[in-house]
Amino acid sequence: MKLFRDRIAAFKPLVFLLCLLPLALLAWNTLHGTLGADPVAQLEHRSGDWALRLLLATLAITPLRRLTGWTKATRFRRMLGLFAFFYVTVHLTIYLVVDLGGFWSQLLTEIAKRPYITLGFTAWLLLIPLALTSTNAMMRRLGRNWQRLHKVVYLIAVLGVLHFLWLVKADHREPAIYLGVLLVLFLLRLPKLAALPRRILSAALPTQKT
Amino acid sequence: MNKSFCSTIPASAITPEPIYRRRRELLQLLGLSAVGLATGCHSETPPAAATAETIPGANLNIARKLDTAVGETQTRYKDATHYNNYYEFGTGKGDPAENSGRFLAKPWSVEIAGHAEVTGRLTLEDILKAHALEERIYRMRCVEGWSMVIPWVGFPLGDLLKRCKPTAQAKYVAFTTANRPREMPGLSYPVLDWPYREGLRIDEAMQPLAILAVGMYGHELPNQNGAPLRLVVPWKYGFKGIKSIVKIEFTETQPKTTWNDAGASEYGFYSNVNPDVDHPRWSQKTERRISGDGFNLFGNRIETKPFNGYADQVASMYSGMDLRKYF
Repeated sequence: MKLFRDRIAAFKPLVFLLCLLPLALLAWNTLHGTLGADPVAQLEHRSGDWALRLLLATLAITPLRRLTGWTKATRFRRMLGLFAFFYVTVHLTIYLVVDLGGFWSQLLTEIAKRPYITLGFTAWLLLIPLALTSTNAMMRRLGRNWQRLHKVVYLIAVLGVLHFLWLVKADHREPAIYLGVLLVLFLLRLPKLAALPRRILSAALPTQKT
Repeated sequence: MNKSFCSTIPASAITPEPIYRRRRELLQLLGLSAVGLATGCHSETPPAAATAETIPGANLNIARKLDTAVGETQTRYKDATHYNNYYEFGTGKGDPAENSGRFLAKPWSVEIAGHAEVTGRLTLEDILKAHALEERIYRMRCVEGWSMVIPWVGFPLGDLLKRCKPTAQAKYVAFTTANRPREMPGLSYPVLDWPYREGLRIDEAMQPLAILAVGMYGHELPNQNGAPLRLVVPWKYGFKGIKSIVKIEFTETQPKTTWNDAGASEYGFYSNVNPDVDHPRWSQKTERRISGDGFNLFGNRIETKPFNGYADQVASMYSGMDLRKYF
């Protein structure tokens, strides 16, 4: 009797635990009071960083599959996407409960008036239907519409990176890295570029024959 | 904990205790605390009061004290010196503490220029010998939305300016920070237009609350906080408090200032703390106070006060001005 269906299934718990690691570290630092002078800002920044990283990791699966031909990579995508949603939710919760705590009246004006908060909040809202329709049953039920719906993730990623870019005071180097990665991931989806690795391979193969 | 800065201690009478504590910190820095363990000194866990930080830098001789934040908890020394905006040493909050070790704050001199009878170069010693040092406990509100309570040591800026005998044309005072790429690694990236410049209207500069600080927490300023000489203007956002000043110039027209140049719609020349004028991208109604001995996750957010709580002393300087226009 096999514990896992295959190797990918066996790796999934490991990836799951890896995705929880940043949260565990945050919890550890929080409990030990080692988040620095402004712990709330640290919690916000680090949860936000991981939300973005996981979102980009989710978007990296398809190009990775095309470039390497490793089709099974797709089987990690749902987990990464759901963890991205999870970290965005943690990020938002820290902002609402810990940071804004006691100043709830400020909340609505913040969401409406602060462009970067508007963008971030919109991204979170848009992630909800994606998370809710991530089950196999929902995929079957929605059929072709599932793919259409989940294309929203591109918009979400753009909103997430803009959210970061917009809140920075002067040094845009760090958010620019996220923007750069996102642009590369978009470029690799262009039909011509996406076909590039295969064309290079097929161009290389005949020369080997001769 | 408060011994070092709650009483007047002549520089000649430094108690052995700080020396002892400092030595211990040095040992720890060198990774020699294990030696203590080996020699049986491991029961050294300091009592609660003494977890108080060991403060580096010479003890300062304080003549007078003014606490403008009575009842408010002071920010820990460690936090006030390891959570800084001093982009010349890097844009991360921990960068200044980490990257300012090579900065040479001694010897130091300041160039006095512009519309004044007394101009030229003054050494830091020249400057200091004419002023008694005072401790000023001030709130410090950063434009980013956090704040601290810091015991500065310094003297009124106006006292130095008066010594320079400004002429009638002196309507503003412009300040410039040191520009030493070799000692300030952050200068290699043009995140701002270096050198850092700030300015005040002359009446603001003469306001007795505006000080030039040479120390904090009873000791000399650490490099990351603007050693050896920095401006503290408690009713304005923190970035107005220019650090490591090398030049003071009396000007007739409003001087160009760094953050105002970087984003005029976001950082005004005046930049008085004002909860009613938001930063275009974030609210200034409230602030997160960084203070206290413990680790506080909740309840740090407090309301921001007009002029950072110094309205009684400074608001009259701006009467008749539209503070939304001149933010």
